[in-house]
Amino acid sequence: MIPFLLRRLLWFGITLFVVASVSFFLMHKVKGGPFDNERALDPAIEANIKARYHLDWPLYKQFAQYMGPFNLDERGLFGSGPEKGTVQFTGVLTGDFGPSFRYRDFTVNDIIAQSLPISALLGVVAMMWALALGISAGIASALRRGSGLDLTMRLAATAGIALPNFVIAGFLVILFVFLIPLFPVAGWGSIQHMMLPGFCLGLGFAAYIARLTRTGMLETLSQDHIRTAHAKGLAPGTVIMRHALKGGLLPVVSYLGPATAGVLTGSLVIERIFNIPGMGSHFVNSATNRDYTLAMGVTILYTVLVYSLNTIVDLAYTLLDPRISLEEQ
Amino acid sequence: MQRSAFAPKLRAAVAVGLLALVLLGAVALSRGARLEPADFTFNNGSEVQTLDPATVTGVPEGRVIRCIFEGLVIKDPKDLSPVPGMADRWEVSADGLTYTFHIREGARWTNGDPVTAGDFQWSMLRMLHPATGSEYAYQLWYIQGARAFTTEVYPAGDPLAGQPRHPEESVAIRALDDHLLEIQLNSPTPYFLELMGFYPVFPVNRRNLEEARQKWPDSWEIEWLKPENIVTNGPWKLLSRRVNDRIRLVKNHDYWDADHIAFETMDVLAIEQASTGVNVYLTGGCDYVDKVNDNVVAQLLPREDFNPEPYLGIYFYRFNTTKPPFDDKRVRQALSLTMPRELICEQVTKMGQVPAYSLVPPMAIDYHSPEADRGSQTGTPEERMAANIAKAQKLLAEAGYGPGGKEFPPFDIHYNTLEAHKKIAETIMDTWKRNLNLNVKLRNEEWKVYLDTQSNLRYDLSRSAWIGDYMDPNTFVDLFLDGGENNKTGWGNAEFDRLVKGAVTELDPVERLRMLERAEAILMDELPIIPIYFYVNQNIVAPRLGGFFNNPEDEHFPKFWYWMDDAELAAKRANLPKDVEIVDPHGPPEGLYSPAAQRERQNP
Amino acid sequence: MGTEQNTLERLGLKEEDAVRLLAEAKAYKGESLWSDAWRRLRANKVAYGSLVFLIIFGLTSFFAPILPLPSPSAPNLPNQLQPPHLEWGNSDYLAEVPLDQPVDAAAIAVAYWEKMGTFDQFLIRTRVKLFGRWQTGAWMGTDALGRDVMSRIVWGSRTSILVALAAAACSLLIGVVYGAFSGLMGGRIDNFMMRLVDIMYSIPFIFVVIFLITLIGDYKQELEKVGLNRETVFFLVIGAVYWLTMARVVRGQVLSLKNKEFVEAARVVGASTPRILFAHIVPNVLSIVIIYLTLTIPAVMLFEAFLSFLGLGIEPPKVSWGTLASDGTEAINPLRIFWWLVVFPSIAMASALLALNLLGDGLRDALDPKMRGKD
Repeated sequence: MIPFLLRRLLWFGITLFVVASVSFFLMHKVKGGPFDNERALDPAIEANIKARYHLDWPLYKQFAQYMGPFNLDERGLFGSGPEKGTVQFTGVLTGDFGPSFRYRDFTVNDIIAQSLPISALLGVVAMMWALALGISAGIASALRRGSGLDLTMRLAATAGIALPNFVIAGFLVILFVFLIPLFPVAGWGSIQHMMLPGFCLGLGFAAYIARLTRTGMLETLSQDHIRTAHAKGLAPGTVIMRHALKGGLLPVVSYLGPATAGVLTGSLVIERIFNIPGMGSHFVNSATNRDYTLAMGVTILYTVLVYSLNTIVDLAYTLLDPRISLEEQ
Repeated sequence: MQRSAFAPKLRAAVAVGLLALVLLGAVALSRGARLEPADFTFNNGSEVQTLDPATVTGVPEGRVIRCIFEGLVIKDPKDLSPVPGMADRWEVSADGLTYTFHIREGARWTNGDPVTAGDFQWSMLRMLHPATGSEYAYQLWYIQGARAFTTEVYPAGDPLAGQPRHPEESVAIRALDDHLLEIQLNSPTPYFLELMGFYPVFPVNRRNLEEARQKWPDSWEIEWLKPENIVTNGPWKLLSRRVNDRIRLVKNHDYWDADHIAFETMDVLAIEQASTGVNVYLTGGCDYVDKVNDNVVAQLLPREDFNPEPYLGIYFYRFNTTKPPFDDKRVRQALSLTMPRELICEQVTKMGQVPAYSLVPPMAIDYHSPEADRGSQTGTPEERMAANIAKAQKLLAEAGYGPGGKEFPPFDIHYNTLEAHKKIAETIMDTWKRNLNLNVKLRNEEWKVYLDTQSNLRYDLSRSAWIGDYMDPNTFVDLFLDGGENNKTGWGNAEFDRLVKGAVTELDPVERLRMLERAEAILMDELPIIPIYFYVNQNIVAPRLGGFFNNPEDEHFPKFWYWMDDAELAAKRANLPKDVEIVDPHGPPEGLYSPAAQRERQNP
Repeated sequence: MGTEQNTLERLGLKEEDAVRLLAEAKAYKGESLWSDAWRRLRANKVAYGSLVFLIIFGLTSFFAPILPLPSPSAPNLPNQLQPPHLEWGNSDYLAEVPLDQPVDAAAIAVAYWEKMGTFDQFLIRTRVKLFGRWQTGAWMGTDALGRDVMSRIVWGSRTSILVALAAAACSLLIGVVYGAFSGLMGGRIDNFMMRLVDIMYSIPFIFVVIFLITLIGDYKQELEKVGLNRETVFFLVIGAVYWLTMARVVRGQVLSLKNKEFVEAARVVGASTPRILFAHIVPNVLSIVIIYLTLTIPAVMLFEAFLSFLGLGIEPPKVSWGTLASDGTEAINPLRIFWWLVVFPSIAMASALLALNLLGDGLRDALDPKMRGKD
């Protein structure tokens, strides 16, 4: 297990570096800059601003300055100020993601520290909805395959997937905000604020999980060791919990990695509709604002999240299915 | 089989983990719920870029900065005329070149320092300094020496690279003593006083910045703006900020005019989507929003809380005049003639926007915009349209297009992705396709790409807009100087340039306006742009809010706001036309008045 | 003969039984995987119904130009935001078109958009021949520019179906092969291939999309000559994003399958890797592939709506379901709910996707190797 984790760590480093550099060059090559506005700037003023943020440097130099604790500014790295005229930070390798170009009163670290817990909380609410609804619906419908219950569950699950979450959000808002004023229409701060967005965000995942559970369970239920277990005279409940569920949840587990990352980083659409100050909106807004540092920050964070979650998934996989060995991964 | 022994443990671990997460959530919940509702909440439409006055540009930033900082003058909320702010009086020399401001005794920063003339000098120099990177620095270039100070810097490679070549003393802003500030201009600028009430030139506290710099040598440029560090001089203080959520402001009881401030707390929301903002307003989550989505306009118009009125903004299309077919004036005139302005204003935007035939919106000064050809003025709308089409076809034929001539090349209408722009573009496309048989397509681009395309003239016809900074035609007309960075059409005209530049140095204010009129006449004949409509504001304001007035710059001043009580509200409503729909007034029935107003009400 | 007799005896079977069994086995063998699956799919009423529904849907979408629908793109401002009502209408954009001769391309361009394909133009001419100027009214209401919602849904299905097909094809072609190969090879190759997927997962697609779309904008003429326009690139991008998850899912499944007894057995008897892959693994991953595919398609449609929302999707005046649905939600407010702008696009989307899912389930059951020959 240890060598496996070490190998993963090495790859982790490589992945991060590749992702960071590809993203960096890509976003700087994309047209438009952080300071472009409807009101075009006087060339002299524009030059001053570019100098301030080192945007007048060649890209490779900007990249080196961005990544590492190197001093590439001939005017000194840490002696910033109007006299020096540049915005300074120590580089990603020291854990400093730099100042945001769009939200100029905040560092990227500040912004992530403010918004990640919100998204995480929303994600927890959503994931609880998703797991509770999804797994129970999946098991129920697998055990009563072909029954009315199965059909209803499957229809509900399909509707959950088929209807875009912004449409569901729309219907829920009409129902629970305008017609029966139970919840606030948007915003963040209390439990009431959390329920609708959490449900909308979780529903899609619940539907996925229900389907995956159902399929996985059906697959496992038809296998020999389950039949053996039944034949041995084990109680049906025990068979389901101990044997069938274990194999049946495999596809769910492999899906949980990306799903958790997706939920944790929030859903842009849901955050937008309910105006929740979470991370999700930064993924797109940083790109459309050309907020290079924030975009890099959330990209790197996302990579870390996905990568660690996938590693956990791979570990969980071996724990759930003894036939898969870590060495093979 | 040894591994499978983990499975029950894993399940247990998952269960425990989930439980822990729920608890964590509960803790976070109880922390998040601590804010008491504010006296007044408004939606700002967007997260502010920064609260550093020197580097802001946008309207949302301006709203918050006006709450927490104050400049030499402030503006009257009704007519926007300058009224005393940090300066309690001022003198202008006879030649209009020298302004002397007397800084108010007793004006204080929130750290206890007195506000001095030196603060203004230092802040304006900071704004002009090239290293500050102020986008609005040019607003101060009317001051002697200012432009050179900002734009002339030592080149790269020099040990002083990026630093100004000119000393600070070369800029004619002088603190004669703690309370006397003297500013000298290049030429008389009628709107200079108004400019001193414009939020980018508001002062910052020198000690605030310098102390932050000692404490956080690397990150002071961000640290000094944090709510716990920032030092301000306005009616409210900054209490807390959360990106994309809200800014909480509390009343500054040391403010010189605190007696006239009604709201103890104010919340500034950052909801970007217009539909969400409107829904939050309609469900009582905020008391003022500044933009609406067009789906609700029809329902909003009869309400007492929605009263759109024109202001200083124009929506127009730019031609790329550097390539055929739009390098030909006749083609541009033909398209302008057949632009369905009335249709757009009445059926698409629907808020009372005014069809535009000139660049400069109507202003409350002695300036009369020359207009582009309005086409036929007689008969029914259909007859007028038919006449205009016939005339346009003739113009196109003269330019060599149409039956017997060249085929009119296909072209794109270029706009940034937004439902409202799309609807307008679709309407225009449909009109031209049907009536002139032109091969028109739409091309929408993401905002920053759109800006790049426009600046580099890679479009045919492109959507644009301009909001005036102050009540003077030159804020519009000087866009189209040959080679100007905001021209973006490739058009240039020597006579036009001569008139606009001449107006800057013209000493006679009346003659100055006549020169700008002549310049606009050239523009409206040459038509490098098609004016479409003049903007209206889109404010929805809680009926109970007092001290809020529609004005031609759509600038609003929270300093004067208060909640009316039921009696005052009833009096206000009595004056409304009969058919106006009465709605939920928001706010407390007993009203909320400033201490001064309360005293006055008790002893009238 | 003698040994055969012995075997029968040992098994306790009579000869006629053995003959019958052999015949059955032969019949079983003679039926291919696909015809067997088809037979079972037809027996599944829900799945078969869904299939029929989808075919009708597909045909409606494909033959949209021939239907007597109002223009999906030309604004009709006096009619804006009308609630649904039953009536018949007359096409105003065909008002001046002489009915006794074929409609010319210019008139079509006015009513629809430029660059209408020749086949679609032919369909429109046929429509005019069949129905004249007669057309349906605002059965599903009209939008803010007075355009018929029903017509927009029908025309929008064309974009959405294309997007879905493109993504499905990419998922299948790249994702399944990549994932199966990686899982089967195992070891370093697998490791490397999966890390590559990890990297691609993390690169912010939105920059990739903006980058490609602006590139298209800059070299419009050159690229259009080689047949690359914004729409094609758009489809490619969607495909490129959506094969990644498929690869992961398939690889996981293969990994768990390849240690199963029957694969090991095949390996022991010396079956080649491609044979193991296609004869044993692929049929067994098929079910998960189909499930995932039916999950991917709605996600892709939403992704399309999202990109259009950012200005990176299809160009107006063309429409898609995703954009219709997201425009509809904009119209939700407590003053007046323009329900038809939300409900009808949602119903269209939901019913098509529901049918797709039910068909997917049916297919899964029909193709399940463990169910072969049974009912």
